Amino acid sequence: MSKLNSIAISDNGFLFKPSTGESFTTNEIGLIILNLLKEGKTHEEIINSIMEEFDVDEINAGRDLYEFLDFLKKENLID
Amino acid sequence: MMNKKIYERPVLRKVVEGIPNKFGSLKRLRPIEFIDNVSINSLIDKYGSPVFVLSEKTIRETYRSAYRAFSTRYPKVQFAWSYKTNYLDAVCRIFHQEGSWAEVVSGFEYEKALDNGISGNKIIFNGPDKSKKDLIRAIKNNSLIHIDHFDELYTIIELSKELEETPQVAIRINMDTGIIPQWDRFGFNYENGEAWNAVNRILSTGKIELIGLHTHIGTYISTSKAYEIAIRKLAELANKTYERFQTSIEYIDIGGGFASQNTLQGAYLPATDTTPSFDDYAHAITTAMIAEKFPNNIAPTLILETGRALIDDAGWLAGTVLANKRLADGNRAMVIDTGVNLMFTAFWYDHEIYPVKETSFQSEPTTIYGPLCMNIDVIRKKIDFPLLNKGDRFVIKRVGAYTMTQWMQFITYRPNIVLIDENEEVHLIRKEEDKEVFRRQELIPDHLKND
Repeated sequence: MSKLNSIAISDNGFLFKPSTGESFTTNEIGLIILNLLKEGKTHEEIINSIMEEFDVDEINAGRDLYEFLDFLKKENLID
Repeated sequence: MMNKKIYERPVLRKVVEGIPNKFGSLKRLRPIEFIDNVSINSLIDKYGSPVFVLSEKTIRETYRSAYRAFSTRYPKVQFAWSYKTNYLDAVCRIFHQEGSWAEVVSGFEYEKALDNGISGNKIIFNGPDKSKKDLIRAIKNNSLIHIDHFDELYTIIELSKELEETPQVAIRINMDTGIIPQWDRFGFNYENGEAWNAVNRILSTGKIELIGLHTHIGTYISTSKAYEIAIRKLAELANKTYERFQTSIEYIDIGGGFASQNTLQGAYLPATDTTPSFDDYAHAITTAMIAEKFPNNIAPTLILETGRALIDDAGWLAGTVLANKRLADGNRAMVIDTGVNLMFTAFWYDHEIYPVKETSFQSEPTTIYGPLCMNIDVIRKKIDFPLLNKGDRFVIKRVGAYTMTQWMQFITYRPNIVLIDENEEVHLIRKEEDKEVFRRQELIPDHLKND
Protein backbone atom coordinates (compact mmCIF):
# COMPACT_ATOMS: atom_id res chain seq x y z
CA MET A 1 0.00 0.00 0.00
CA SER A 2 2.83 2.36 -0.76
CA LYS A 3 0.66 4.58 -2.92
CA LEU A 4 -1.82 5.21 -0.15
CA ASN A 5 0.95 6.25 2.23
CA SER A 6 1.87 9.15 -0.02
CA ILE A 7 -1.63 10.61 0.23
CA ALA A 8 -2.60 13.13 2.88
CA ILE A 9 -5.83 12.06 4.56
CA SER A 10 -7.50 14.41 7.05
CA ASP A 11 -9.68 13.25 9.93
CA ASN A 12 -12.83 14.62 8.33
CA GLY A 13 -12.40 12.76 5.06
CA PHE A 14 -10.48 15.12 2.83
CA LEU A 15 -7.83 13.48 0.63
CA PHE A 16 -4.96 15.26 -1.11
CA LYS A 17 -2.63 13.64 -3.62
CA PRO A 18 0.52 15.76 -3.77
CA SER A 19 1.91 14.06 -6.88
CA THR A 20 -0.94 15.28 -9.06
CA GLY A 21 -2.55 18.00 -6.96
CA GLU A 22 -5.91 16.18 -7.02
CA SER A 23 -8.16 16.16 -4.00
CA PHE A 24 -11.11 14.00 -3.01
CA THR A 25 -13.72 13.78 -0.30
CA THR A 26 -15.02 10.63 1.32
CA ASN A 27 -17.47 9.74 4.08
CA GLU A 28 -17.02 8.08 7.47
CA ILE A 29 -16.98 4.50 6.17
CA GLY A 30 -14.66 5.46 3.33
CA LEU A 31 -12.28 6.97 5.85
CA ILE A 32 -12.33 3.85 8.01
CA ILE A 33 -11.59 1.69 4.99
CA LEU A 34 -8.70 3.92 3.90
CA ASN A 35 -7.17 3.82 7.36
CA LEU A 36 -7.50 0.04 7.57
CA LEU A 37 -5.96 -0.31 4.14
CA LYS A 38 -3.04 1.82 5.28
CA GLU A 39 -2.60 -0.49 8.25
CA GLY A 40 -2.30 -3.33 5.74
CA LYS A 41 -5.50 -5.11 6.76
CA THR A 42 -6.96 -7.71 4.39
CA HIS A 43 -10.35 -7.26 2.78
CA GLU A 44 -11.91 -9.84 5.12
CA GLU A 45 -10.55 -8.02 8.15
CA ILE A 46 -11.92 -4.73 6.86
CA ILE A 47 -15.37 -6.22 6.27
CA ASN A 48 -15.36 -7.71 9.77
CA SER A 49 -14.45 -4.48 11.48
CA ILE A 50 -17.14 -2.59 9.54
CA MET A 51 -19.71 -5.21 10.57
CA GLU A 52 -18.67 -4.86 14.20
CA GLU A 53 -19.17 -1.14 14.22
CA PHE A 54 -22.11 -0.68 11.84
CA ASP A 55 -25.50 -2.19 11.24
CA VAL A 56 -24.72 -4.05 8.00
CA ASP A 57 -24.40 -7.66 6.87
CA GLU A 58 -21.40 -9.31 5.24
CA ILE A 59 -22.84 -9.35 1.73
CA ASN A 60 -23.62 -5.65 1.63
CA ALA A 61 -20.44 -4.59 3.37
CA GLY A 62 -18.40 -6.71 0.96
CA ARG A 63 -20.22 -5.47 -2.12
CA ASP A 64 -19.70 -1.85 -1.16
CA LEU A 65 -16.06 -2.41 -0.20
CA TYR A 66 -15.20 -3.90 -3.58
CA GLU A 67 -16.96 -1.09 -5.38
CA PHE A 68 -15.05 1.43 -3.30
CA LEU A 69 -11.75 -0.33 -4.05
CA ASP A 70 -12.57 -0.10 -7.76
CA PHE A 71 -12.96 3.64 -7.38
CA LEU A 72 -9.68 3.97 -5.57
CA LYS A 73 -8.01 2.01 -8.37
CA LYS A 74 -9.66 4.12 -11.04
CA GLU A 75 -8.35 7.26 -9.38
CA ASN A 76 -4.95 5.64 -9.07
CA LEU A 77 -4.96 5.88 -5.29
CA ILE A 78 -4.14 2.17 -4.78
CA ASP A 79 -2.56 -0.51 -6.95
CA MET B 1 -25.70 -5.54 22.83
CA MET B 2 -24.63 -2.06 21.96
CA ASN B 3 -26.58 -0.33 19.21
CA LYS B 4 -24.58 -0.30 16.03
CA LYS B 5 -24.18 2.84 13.97
CA ILE B 6 -26.27 3.42 10.86
CA TYR B 7 -24.37 2.11 7.87
CA GLU B 8 -23.95 3.99 4.65
CA ARG B 9 -21.95 2.99 1.62
CA PRO B 10 -18.40 4.34 1.29
CA VAL B 11 -18.15 7.10 -1.30
CA LEU B 12 -15.30 8.85 -2.99
CA ARG B 13 -15.82 12.12 -4.79
CA LYS B 14 -13.24 13.97 -6.72
CA VAL B 15 -13.07 17.67 -5.88
CA VAL B 16 -13.24 19.49 -9.18
CA GLU B 17 -12.05 23.06 -9.18
CA GLY B 18 -13.37 25.81 -11.38
CA ILE B 19 -16.78 24.34 -12.16
CA PRO B 20 -19.02 25.48 -9.36
CA ASN B 21 -22.58 24.28 -9.51
CA LYS B 22 -24.64 27.24 -10.73
CA PHE B 23 -27.35 26.46 -8.19
CA GLY B 24 -24.92 26.48 -5.29
CA SER B 25 -24.54 23.59 -2.92
CA LEU B 26 -27.60 21.47 -2.42
CA LYS B 27 -29.26 21.67 0.91
CA ARG B 28 -29.72 18.26 2.41
CA LEU B 29 -32.83 16.47 1.29
CA ARG B 30 -35.04 16.07 4.34
CA PRO B 31 -36.79 12.73 4.49
CA ILE B 32 -40.60 12.64 4.42
CA GLU B 33 -41.87 10.11 6.93
CA PHE B 34 -45.53 10.99 7.23
CA ILE B 35 -48.45 11.99 5.06
CA ASP B 36 -51.16 13.65 7.17
CA ASN B 37 -49.55 12.12 10.27
CA VAL B 38 -49.80 8.58 8.87
CA SER B 39 -46.42 6.88 8.62
CA ILE B 40 -45.45 5.98 5.06
CA ASN B 41 -43.71 2.85 6.33
CA SER B 42 -46.94 1.62 7.89
CA LEU B 43 -48.78 2.25 4.61
CA ILE B 44 -46.26 0.21 2.62
CA ASP B 45 -46.26 -2.55 5.25
CA LYS B 46 -50.02 -2.85 5.01
CA TYR B 47 -50.77 -2.06 1.38
CA GLY B 48 -47.61 -3.19 -0.38
CA SER B 49 -45.06 -1.39 -2.46
CA PRO B 50 -45.58 0.71 -4.43
CA VAL B 51 -48.74 2.39 -3.18
CA PHE B 52 -50.50 5.57 -4.22
CA VAL B 53 -51.63 7.74 -1.32
CA LEU B 54 -54.22 10.52 -1.56
CA SER B 55 -54.91 13.13 1.08
CA GLU B 56 -58.57 14.09 1.45
CA LYS B 57 -57.54 17.03 3.59
CA THR B 58 -55.31 18.43 0.86
CA ILE B 59 -57.99 17.93 -1.80
CA ARG B 60 -60.59 19.81 0.22
CA GLU B 61 -58.22 22.58 1.27
CA THR B 62 -57.00 23.10 -2.29
CA TYR B 63 -60.53 23.18 -3.66
CA ARG B 64 -61.66 25.64 -1.02
CA SER B 65 -58.80 28.02 -1.63
CA ALA B 66 -59.42 27.91 -5.39
CA TYR B 67 -63.15 28.48 -4.91
CA ARG B 68 -62.50 31.29 -2.48
CA ALA B 69 -60.10 32.99 -4.89
CA PHE B 70 -62.80 33.19 -7.58
CA SER B 71 -65.98 33.56 -5.53
CA THR B 72 -64.67 36.55 -3.59
CA ARG B 73 -64.03 38.33 -6.89
CA TYR B 74 -67.01 37.35 -9.04
CA PRO B 75 -70.66 36.78 -8.14
CA LYS B 76 -71.42 33.52 -9.98
CA VAL B 77 -68.73 30.86 -9.98
CA GLN B 78 -69.06 27.15 -10.64
CA PHE B 79 -66.29 24.55 -10.71
CA ALA B 80 -66.64 21.34 -12.70
CA TRP B 81 -64.32 18.51 -11.75
CA SER B 82 -62.20 17.42 -14.68
CA TYR B 83 -62.68 13.65 -14.59
CA LYS B 84 -59.77 12.83 -16.85
CA THR B 85 -57.32 14.27 -14.31
CA ASN B 86 -58.32 11.71 -11.70
CA TYR B 87 -61.53 9.74 -12.00
CA LEU B 88 -61.29 7.55 -8.95
CA ASP B 89 -64.83 7.52 -7.57
CA ALA B 90 -63.70 8.51 -4.08
CA VAL B 91 -61.83 11.52 -5.46
CA CYS B 92 -64.72 12.64 -7.67
CA ARG B 93 -67.14 12.34 -4.77
CA ILE B 94 -64.98 14.60 -2.60
CA PHE B 95 -65.10 17.29 -5.30
CA HIS B 96 -68.85 16.78 -5.76
CA GLN B 97 -69.39 17.10 -2.00
CA GLU B 98 -67.51 20.38 -2.17
CA GLY B 99 -69.95 21.56 -4.83
CA SER B 100 -68.18 20.75 -8.07
CA TRP B 101 -70.09 19.61 -11.13
CA ALA B 102 -68.57 16.99 -13.42
CA GLU B 103 -66.63 17.72 -16.61
CA VAL B 104 -66.30 14.57 -18.72
CA VAL B 105 -64.82 13.82 -22.13
CA SER B 106 -66.06 10.32 -22.92
CA GLY B 107 -68.98 7.96 -22.47
CA PHE B 108 -66.98 6.10 -19.84
CA GLU B 109 -66.43 9.23 -17.77
CA TYR B 110 -70.06 10.22 -18.28
CA GLU B 111 -71.21 6.91 -16.80
CA LYS B 112 -68.85 7.36 -13.88
CA ALA B 113 -70.28 10.82 -13.18
CA LEU B 114 -73.83 9.46 -13.11
CA ASP B 115 -72.72 6.64 -10.79
CA ASN B 116 -71.20 9.25 -8.52
CA GLY B 117 -74.62 10.76 -8.06
CA ILE B 118 -74.27 13.84 -10.23
CA SER B 119 -77.49 14.77 -11.99
CA GLY B 120 -77.35 15.00 -15.77
CA ASN B 121 -77.82 18.78 -15.87
CA LYS B 122 -74.60 19.20 -13.87
CA ILE B 123 -72.47 17.23 -16.28
CA ILE B 124 -70.45 19.13 -18.86
CA PHE B 125 -69.75 16.84 -21.79
CA ASN B 126 -66.60 17.94 -23.63
CA GLY B 127 -64.24 16.48 -26.17
CA PRO B 128 -64.18 15.44 -29.80
CA ASP B 129 -65.34 11.85 -29.19
CA LYS B 130 -69.03 11.58 -28.33
CA SER B 131 -70.83 8.64 -29.91
CA LYS B 132 -74.42 8.89 -31.06
CA LYS B 133 -75.40 6.76 -28.07
CA ASP B 134 -73.51 9.11 -25.72
CA LEU B 135 -75.24 12.13 -27.25
CA ILE B 136 -78.73 10.61 -26.96
CA ARG B 137 -78.15 9.92 -23.27
CA ALA B 138 -76.70 13.40 -22.69
CA ILE B 139 -79.63 15.07 -24.47
CA LYS B 140 -82.20 13.06 -22.50
CA ASN B 141 -80.42 13.93 -19.24
CA ASN B 142 -80.26 17.66 -20.07
CA SER B 143 -76.49 17.62 -19.84
CA LEU B 144 -74.42 20.52 -21.08
CA ILE B 145 -72.98 19.37 -24.37
CA HIS B 146 -69.95 21.34 -25.49
CA ILE B 147 -69.76 20.97 -29.23
CA ASP B 148 -66.31 20.50 -30.71
CA HIS B 149 -66.87 20.32 -34.48
CA PHE B 150 -69.51 20.65 -37.21
CA ASP B 151 -70.02 16.89 -37.65
CA GLU B 152 -71.04 16.70 -34.03
CA LEU B 153 -73.28 19.74 -34.42
CA TYR B 154 -75.12 18.09 -37.33
CA THR B 155 -75.56 14.87 -35.37
CA ILE B 156 -77.12 16.90 -32.56
CA ILE B 157 -79.43 18.74 -34.98
CA GLU B 158 -80.55 15.37 -36.33
CA LEU B 159 -81.08 13.96 -32.85
CA SER B 160 -83.06 16.96 -31.69
CA LYS B 161 -85.57 16.21 -34.46
CA GLU B 162 -85.57 12.46 -33.86
CA LEU B 163 -85.93 12.66 -30.08
CA GLU B 164 -88.14 15.73 -29.98
CA GLU B 165 -85.99 17.07 -27.19
CA THR B 166 -84.21 20.40 -26.85
CA PRO B 167 -80.51 19.77 -26.38
CA GLN B 168 -78.63 22.28 -24.23
CA VAL B 169 -75.32 23.11 -25.79
CA ALA B 170 -72.30 25.33 -25.62
CA ILE B 171 -69.66 25.67 -28.27
CA ARG B 172 -65.99 25.39 -27.72
CA ILE B 173 -64.11 28.24 -29.33
CA ASN B 174 -60.44 28.55 -30.14
CA MET B 175 -58.89 31.93 -30.77
CA ASP B 176 -55.78 34.01 -31.01
CA THR B 177 -55.03 35.50 -27.62
CA GLY B 178 -51.38 36.18 -28.29
CA ILE B 179 -50.45 32.87 -26.68
CA ILE B 180 -48.14 30.52 -28.53
CA PRO B 181 -48.87 27.75 -29.30
CA GLN B 182 -52.42 28.61 -30.22
CA TRP B 183 -54.64 25.66 -29.43
CA ASP B 184 -56.67 25.31 -32.58
CA ARG B 185 -57.47 21.64 -32.65
CA PHE B 186 -60.45 21.88 -30.33
CA GLY B 187 -63.62 23.72 -31.14
CA PHE B 188 -64.51 26.39 -33.68
CA ASN B 189 -62.20 29.22 -34.60
CA TYR B 190 -63.20 32.72 -33.64
CA GLU B 191 -61.17 34.81 -36.07
CA ASN B 192 -62.19 33.05 -39.27
CA GLY B 193 -65.88 33.27 -38.42
CA GLU B 194 -66.40 29.56 -37.80
CA ALA B 195 -67.64 30.14 -34.27
CA TRP B 196 -70.22 32.68 -35.46
CA ASN B 197 -71.32 30.22 -38.18
CA ALA B 198 -71.80 27.56 -35.53
CA VAL B 199 -73.90 29.91 -33.42
CA ASN B 200 -76.06 30.65 -36.48
CA ARG B 201 -76.48 26.98 -37.37
CA ILE B 202 -77.49 26.14 -33.81
CA LEU B 203 -79.97 28.93 -33.23
CA SER B 204 -81.53 28.91 -36.69
CA THR B 205 -82.81 25.38 -36.02
CA GLY B 206 -84.97 26.70 -33.19
CA LYS B 207 -84.62 23.28 -31.59
CA ILE B 208 -81.33 23.67 -29.77
CA GLU B 209 -80.59 25.93 -26.84
CA LEU B 210 -77.23 27.67 -26.87
CA ILE B 211 -76.49 28.38 -23.25
CA GLY B 212 -72.74 28.66 -22.99
CA LEU B 213 -69.46 29.62 -24.60
CA HIS B 214 -66.34 27.68 -23.79
CA THR B 215 -62.71 28.36 -24.46
CA HIS B 216 -59.45 27.01 -23.16
CA ILE B 217 -56.52 29.15 -24.15
CA GLY B 218 -53.74 26.85 -23.04
CA THR B 219 -51.84 25.72 -19.98
CA TYR B 220 -49.38 27.61 -17.81
CA ILE B 221 -50.92 30.94 -18.81
CA SER B 222 -49.92 33.57 -16.32
CA THR B 223 -50.50 36.75 -18.28
CA SER B 224 -53.80 38.39 -17.55
CA LYS B 225 -53.68 39.98 -21.01
CA ALA B 226 -54.45 36.63 -22.66
CA TYR B 227 -57.57 36.16 -20.53
CA GLU B 228 -58.63 39.72 -21.22
CA ILE B 229 -58.46 39.11 -24.96
CA ALA B 230 -60.25 35.76 -24.69
CA ILE B 231 -63.07 37.12 -22.58
CA ARG B 232 -63.49 40.21 -24.77
CA LYS B 233 -63.92 37.99 -27.82
CA LEU B 234 -66.43 35.75 -26.04
CA ALA B 235 -68.37 38.82 -24.88
CA GLU B 236 -68.48 40.14 -28.46
CA LEU B 237 -69.87 36.83 -29.61
CA ALA B 238 -72.43 36.79 -26.78
CA ASN B 239 -73.58 40.30 -27.70
CA LYS B 240 -73.82 39.51 -31.40
CA THR B 241 -75.82 36.39 -30.54
CA TYR B 242 -78.21 38.40 -28.42
CA GLU B 243 -78.69 41.06 -31.10
CA ARG B 244 -79.61 38.56 -33.77
CA PHE B 245 -81.44 35.84 -31.81
CA GLN B 246 -82.39 37.46 -28.47
CA THR B 247 -80.66 34.54 -26.78
CA SER B 248 -78.63 35.23 -23.65
CA ILE B 249 -75.54 33.22 -22.95
CA GLU B 250 -75.88 31.87 -19.42
CA TYR B 251 -72.32 30.88 -18.80
CA ILE B 252 -68.73 31.37 -19.89
CA ASP B 253 -66.53 28.33 -19.40
CA ILE B 254 -62.91 29.41 -19.29
CA GLY B 255 -61.56 25.83 -19.12
CA GLY B 256 -58.69 24.84 -16.92
CA GLY B 257 -55.01 24.52 -17.53
CA PHE B 258 -53.88 26.11 -14.30
CA ALA B 259 -50.38 24.88 -13.60
CA SER B 260 -49.51 22.74 -10.61
CA GLN B 261 -46.32 23.20 -8.64
CA ASN B 262 -44.52 20.41 -10.44
CA THR B 263 -41.49 21.67 -12.34
CA LEU B 264 -41.53 21.08 -16.08
CA GLN B 265 -38.36 19.52 -17.43
CA GLY B 266 -35.98 22.15 -18.73
CA ALA B 267 -37.48 24.90 -16.59
CA TYR B 268 -34.80 27.16 -15.15
CA LEU B 269 -36.51 27.79 -11.83
CA PRO B 270 -38.52 25.39 -9.69
CA ALA B 271 -42.26 25.68 -10.29
CA THR B 272 -42.85 26.32 -6.59
CA ASP B 273 -41.28 29.72 -7.27
CA THR B 274 -42.92 30.48 -10.60
CA THR B 275 -46.40 28.94 -10.65
CA PRO B 276 -49.14 31.57 -10.44
CA SER B 277 -51.45 31.16 -7.46
CA PHE B 278 -55.22 30.69 -7.66
CA ASP B 279 -55.48 34.35 -6.71
CA ASP B 280 -53.31 35.35 -9.67
CA TYR B 281 -55.53 33.41 -12.07
CA ALA B 282 -58.71 34.57 -10.39
CA HIS B 283 -57.60 38.18 -10.55
CA ALA B 284 -56.79 37.96 -14.25
CA ILE B 285 -59.98 36.14 -15.23
CA THR B 286 -62.53 37.92 -13.05
CA THR B 287 -61.13 41.39 -13.81
CA ALA B 288 -61.67 40.67 -17.49
CA MET B 289 -65.16 39.24 -16.88
CA ILE B 290 -66.22 42.29 -14.92
CA ALA B 291 -64.76 44.73 -17.44
CA GLU B 292 -66.83 43.32 -20.30
CA LYS B 293 -70.45 44.18 -20.96
CA PHE B 294 -72.64 41.15 -21.55
CA PRO B 295 -76.23 41.32 -22.91
CA ASN B 296 -78.67 43.14 -20.58
CA ASN B 297 -75.76 43.76 -18.23
CA ILE B 298 -76.31 40.31 -16.77
CA ALA B 299 -73.09 38.70 -15.67
CA PRO B 300 -72.91 35.14 -16.97
CA THR B 301 -71.88 32.33 -14.62
CA LEU B 302 -68.15 31.67 -14.74
CA ILE B 303 -67.37 27.97 -15.07
CA LEU B 304 -63.90 26.60 -14.33
CA GLU B 305 -62.69 23.13 -15.23
CA THR B 306 -59.33 23.18 -13.60
CA GLY B 307 -58.03 19.69 -12.79
CA ARG B 308 -54.30 19.45 -12.33
CA ALA B 309 -53.93 22.38 -9.92
CA LEU B 310 -56.66 20.96 -7.68
CA ILE B 311 -55.39 17.41 -7.26
CA ASP B 312 -51.66 17.20 -7.98
CA ASP B 313 -50.55 18.15 -4.46
CA ALA B 314 -52.90 15.64 -2.83
CA GLY B 315 -51.28 12.60 -4.46
CA TRP B 316 -48.17 10.72 -3.34
CA LEU B 317 -46.46 7.57 -4.58
CA ALA B 318 -44.48 5.56 -2.04
CA GLY B 319 -42.19 2.71 -3.04
CA THR B 320 -39.01 0.76 -2.50
CA VAL B 321 -35.47 0.79 -3.86
CA LEU B 322 -34.76 -2.39 -5.83
CA ALA B 323 -31.06 -1.96 -6.58
CA ASN B 324 -28.15 0.36 -6.94
CA LYS B 325 -25.68 0.10 -9.74
CA ARG B 326 -22.88 1.89 -11.53
CA LEU B 327 -23.33 2.97 -15.09
CA ALA B 328 -20.53 2.57 -17.62
CA ASP B 329 -19.44 6.17 -17.07
CA GLY B 330 -19.11 5.61 -13.31
CA ASN B 331 -22.32 7.45 -12.48
CA ARG B 332 -24.67 6.03 -9.92
CA ALA B 333 -28.02 4.58 -10.87
CA MET B 334 -30.83 3.57 -8.59
CA VAL B 335 -33.63 1.24 -9.67
CA ILE B 336 -36.97 1.72 -7.92
CA ASP B 337 -40.23 -0.22 -8.11
CA THR B 338 -42.24 2.59 -9.72
CA GLY B 339 -41.64 3.39 -13.34
CA VAL B 340 -43.21 5.37 -16.12
CA ASN B 341 -45.97 2.75 -16.15
CA LEU B 342 -47.32 4.47 -13.01
CA MET B 343 -45.87 7.91 -13.64
CA PHE B 344 -46.45 8.80 -17.22
CA THR B 345 -45.93 12.33 -16.02
CA ALA B 346 -42.20 11.65 -15.47
CA PHE B 347 -41.78 12.28 -19.20
CA TRP B 348 -42.41 15.99 -18.72
CA TYR B 349 -42.04 16.71 -15.01
CA ASP B 350 -39.04 16.70 -12.72
CA HIS B 351 -40.89 14.93 -9.91
CA GLU B 352 -39.64 15.54 -6.39
CA ILE B 353 -38.51 12.34 -4.71
CA TYR B 354 -37.58 11.97 -1.04
CA PRO B 355 -36.24 9.21 1.18
CA VAL B 356 -38.71 8.06 3.84
CA LYS B 357 -36.03 7.64 6.49
CA GLU B 358 -32.77 9.42 7.25
CA THR B 359 -30.25 6.93 5.91
CA SER B 360 -27.26 8.81 4.68
CA PHE B 361 -25.57 12.14 5.07
CA GLN B 362 -23.95 11.88 1.69
CA SER B 363 -25.55 12.44 -1.64
CA GLU B 364 -24.32 11.65 -5.09
CA PRO B 365 -25.52 12.47 -8.61
CA THR B 366 -27.94 9.64 -9.28
CA THR B 367 -30.16 8.64 -12.15
CA ILE B 368 -33.35 7.02 -10.95
CA TYR B 369 -34.80 4.28 -13.12
CA GLY B 370 -38.09 2.46 -12.92
CA PRO B 371 -38.34 -1.35 -12.98
CA LEU B 372 -39.48 -1.79 -16.57
CA CYS B 373 -37.39 -3.51 -19.19
CA MET B 374 -37.37 -0.36 -21.26
CA ASN B 375 -34.66 2.18 -21.77
CA ILE B 376 -37.09 5.08 -21.53
CA ASP B 377 -38.09 4.15 -17.99
CA VAL B 378 -36.34 7.05 -16.28
CA ILE B 379 -37.89 8.82 -13.30
CA ARG B 380 -35.17 11.42 -12.71
CA LYS B 381 -31.92 12.08 -14.54
CA LYS B 382 -28.79 12.79 -12.51
CA ILE B 383 -30.17 14.40 -9.40
CA ASP B 384 -28.27 14.81 -6.19
CA PHE B 385 -29.74 12.05 -4.07
CA PRO B 386 -28.79 10.40 -0.78
CA LEU B 387 -27.32 6.92 -0.91
CA LEU B 388 -30.33 4.71 -0.32
CA ASN B 389 -29.80 0.98 -0.03
CA LYS B 390 -31.78 -1.87 -1.51
CA GLY B 391 -35.03 -2.16 0.42
CA ASP B 392 -35.05 1.48 1.56
CA ARG B 393 -38.23 3.39 0.86
CA PHE B 394 -38.91 6.64 -0.92
CA VAL B 395 -41.88 8.83 -1.63
CA ILE B 396 -42.65 10.93 -4.70
CA LYS B 397 -44.52 14.17 -4.21
CA ARG B 398 -47.32 15.71 -6.31
CA VAL B 399 -48.52 12.80 -8.38
CA GLY B 400 -52.28 13.29 -7.99
CA ALA B 401 -52.97 14.47 -11.54
CA TYR B 402 -53.08 12.17 -14.57
CA THR B 403 -50.98 9.38 -13.03
CA MET B 404 -53.97 7.31 -11.91
CA THR B 405 -55.77 7.79 -15.23
CA GLN B 406 -52.91 7.56 -17.71
CA TRP B 407 -51.07 4.69 -16.02
CA MET B 408 -50.27 1.62 -18.04
CA GLN B 409 -50.63 -2.00 -17.19
CA PHE B 410 -47.28 -3.24 -18.46
CA ILE B 411 -45.54 -6.40 -17.20
CA THR B 412 -46.93 -5.96 -13.71
CA TYR B 413 -50.12 -5.19 -11.79
CA ARG B 414 -51.28 -1.72 -10.90
CA PRO B 415 -50.94 -1.10 -7.16
CA ASN B 416 -53.30 -0.24 -4.34
CA ILE B 417 -54.52 3.32 -3.93
CA VAL B 418 -55.39 4.54 -0.45
CA LEU B 419 -57.10 7.68 0.78
CA ILE B 420 -56.28 9.28 4.12
CA ASP B 421 -59.44 10.98 5.32
CA GLU B 422 -59.65 14.14 7.41
CA ASN B 423 -59.56 12.11 10.63
CA GLU B 424 -56.35 10.45 9.46
CA GLU B 425 -58.09 7.13 8.86
CA VAL B 426 -56.79 5.16 5.89
CA HIS B 427 -59.19 3.72 3.29
CA LEU B 428 -58.39 1.47 0.38
CA ILE B 429 -60.09 3.13 -2.60
CA ARG B 430 -58.76 1.04 -5.48
CA LYS B 431 -57.59 -2.52 -5.07
CA GLU B 432 -54.35 -3.68 -6.61
CA GLU B 433 -54.85 -5.84 -9.66
CA ASP B 434 -54.13 -9.54 -9.70
CA LYS B 435 -54.10 -12.20 -12.35
CA GLU B 436 -57.85 -12.76 -12.06
CA VAL B 437 -58.48 -9.20 -13.26
CA PHE B 438 -56.74 -10.06 -16.51
CA ARG B 439 -58.03 -13.61 -16.74
CA ARG B 440 -61.56 -12.21 -16.69
CA GLN B 441 -60.85 -10.11 -19.75
CA GLU B 442 -59.19 -12.79 -21.83
CA LEU B 443 -60.77 -15.62 -23.80
CA ILE B 444 -58.95 -18.74 -24.94
CA PRO B 445 -60.13 -20.40 -28.18
CA ASP B 446 -61.03 -24.09 -27.76
CA HIS B 447 -58.09 -25.40 -29.75
CA LEU B 448 -55.64 -23.66 -27.41
CA LYS B 449 -57.16 -24.99 -24.22
CA ASN B 450 -55.34 -27.55 -22.12
CA ASP B 451 -57.49 -30.53 -21.23
